[in-house]
Amino acid sequence: MGNYLLRRLIVAVPSLLGISLILFVLLALAPGDPFGELASNPNIPPEVREALRVKFGMDDPIMVRYVRWLVAMIHGDWGFSFASRVNVDTLILQRIPATLYVVGTAQLLALIVAIPVGVLAARRPYSIFDQIANTFAFIGFSLPTFFTGLLLILIFSVNLGWLPFVYRADIQATGWMWWWENFKQAVMPVTVLGLYQAASYTRYVRSAVLDVIKLDYVTTARSKGLDESKVIVKHVVRNALIPVVTLVALQMPTVFGGAIVTEQIFRIPGIGSLLISAILANDTPVIMAVTFVFACLVVLFNLIADILYGWLDPRISFR
Amino acid sequence: MDARVAPLLEIKGLKTYFNTDEGQVQAVDGVDISIGSGETLCVVGESGSGKTVTAMSVLKLIAMPPGRIAGGQILWRGRDLVPLGSSEMNKIRASEIAIVFQEPMTSLNPVYTVGDQIAEVIRLHQGLSKKAAMDRAAEMLALVQIPNPKARVNDYPHHFSGGMRQRVMIAMALSCNPKLLIADEPTTALDVTIQAQILDLLLDMKERLGMSIMLITHAMGVVAEVAQRVVVMYAGRVAEEAPVDRLFANPRHPYTQGLIRSIPRIDLAAVKKSRLESIPGSVPKLVNPPEGCRFASRCRFAIPDCRIAQPPLREIEPGHKVACIRAEETLL
Repeated sequence: MGNYLLRRLIVAVPSLLGISLILFVLLALAPGDPFGELASNPNIPPEVREALRVKFGMDDPIMVRYVRWLVAMIHGDWGFSFASRVNVDTLILQRIPATLYVVGTAQLLALIVAIPVGVLAARRPYSIFDQIANTFAFIGFSLPTFFTGLLLILIFSVNLGWLPFVYRADIQATGWMWWWENFKQAVMPVTVLGLYQAASYTRYVRSAVLDVIKLDYVTTARSKGLDESKVIVKHVVRNALIPVVTLVALQMPTVFGGAIVTEQIFRIPGIGSLLISAILANDTPVIMAVTFVFACLVVLFNLIADILYGWLDPRISFR
Repeated sequence: MDARVAPLLEIKGLKTYFNTDEGQVQAVDGVDISIGSGETLCVVGESGSGKTVTAMSVLKLIAMPPGRIAGGQILWRGRDLVPLGSSEMNKIRASEIAIVFQEPMTSLNPVYTVGDQIAEVIRLHQGLSKKAAMDRAAEMLALVQIPNPKARVNDYPHHFSGGMRQRVMIAMALSCNPKLLIADEPTTALDVTIQAQILDLLLDMKERLGMSIMLITHAMGVVAEVAQRVVVMYAGRVAEEAPVDRLFANPRHPYTQGLIRSIPRIDLAAVKKSRLESIPGSVPKLVNPPEGCRFASRCRFAIPDCRIAQPPLREIEPGHKVACIRAEETLL
């Protein structure tokens, strides 16, 4: 197991290198220049601007700049944000907890909703419960998060005034109040993101359970005299979760992508909104670092999915 | 027929229907089967004759919907199982009536060890501790002649071959000392040498544990080897029922005669060069089946009367029943 993990981590290195190279080249080729603002500022003489460009190596060939970035990165130097004049790693570390908190809770909510609903729907396919669940699932993944997010803000913040619509990382309250405030401000983004994911997960779980429930070993379990609920939980759900794990892992890039939008709507100071503001400011070191962090997270979740596989299905061994 | 004195299981006029898009399939339509204590009964018939549905109906393992038991009684030691709720049925399943399925490759859950799966049923019906149930599971594996049982309880189904998995299934079915074992084509998916081993094992277990066996098969060779009494099914009905030697010596239903003639005979093949006989035609569709005898369209003895009414199952000599109005005229 330890060996397997180590090997998987080593295998992840080339893919992360590839991702970073593509990102770097794309960013270098993209229009826009972090020194664009300096260029239009009449107070800065052209010589100074030129000196700065030379100092930061902006005019070197792409490959030279990439290698320079990579070496610095490996040494723990993630660069310097041109826009906010802070080290990129400090910036990301400030922003990442909010993102992980919201995205993580939303995923949890999605699974807590999707697994029971999907299983119950598959238990009696085409029953009234199944029809209702399907209808909601279709509505759920047809409505984009920016729409449902704004709708919730309109209802619960503007009209009812129950929940704050700006997410704050610097809540002043202490003790229980801090938790309460944090909970209140997370309710809407987590609901929006979680239910959106739950809609598609419900469909996955339903079809996976439908596939498993007609297999011979489920009949064997019934022939043992087990209660139907035990048959479902022990002999159906565990087997049905195996394909669902794959799908959830494959959804991760989409989830983080969706989080960017959600963070924008609810003004969550996470890395998604950091990415947006960095793109708007042509702040390449930050863009580079944030996208790279996203790539690492996706690779990490795939690894977690593979470990879960082995745990759920003994036929897969960690060799 | 001492079996007639106190039948363990008595199926009376069982009707199991399935609702499909094409209409109602009368998979089992008025079947009477009884089995006595310690008896080995074979139920034979080709695919689609309703033998598996009959077996699954006894344990009420039919998917409902689309299936339903539309009529008849299933008397288990005098008590009708048809109206029982699922919790009452669960007390009977595995502890009194156990079943072994056709496909050993897919009948075990791939994510649990075989020990867990056997221990599960032992704990459920006998209330043993986890440890004791595991020990008992190992004993059961030893009983079905799986080598090194103490270690193998911790193996997963994919570590076992098809024949070994069927032994595991048998161990699981027998672990609560059932009074009746239903074996639904237990050897069909296995290769021939393993088939013989599994049949021997079943008969050996029957000797040791003193249960009854209802063996469902489509192979007449298997019937000849293991059965005491035979029920021949065709298109959801019983065609003929007789002690095994009577059935082979004096088959009276044209369908049974066809089945027996279609057994490859190594002794005859050497003397006369003849083609193996087959029964022309195929099993009728059980959605709106033909009136009268369902075999009439394939029967060389059929007369217009056959197509008018369903022929009753009548006793032509003690213990030998035939559902054919011309049974007296069908001598080979």
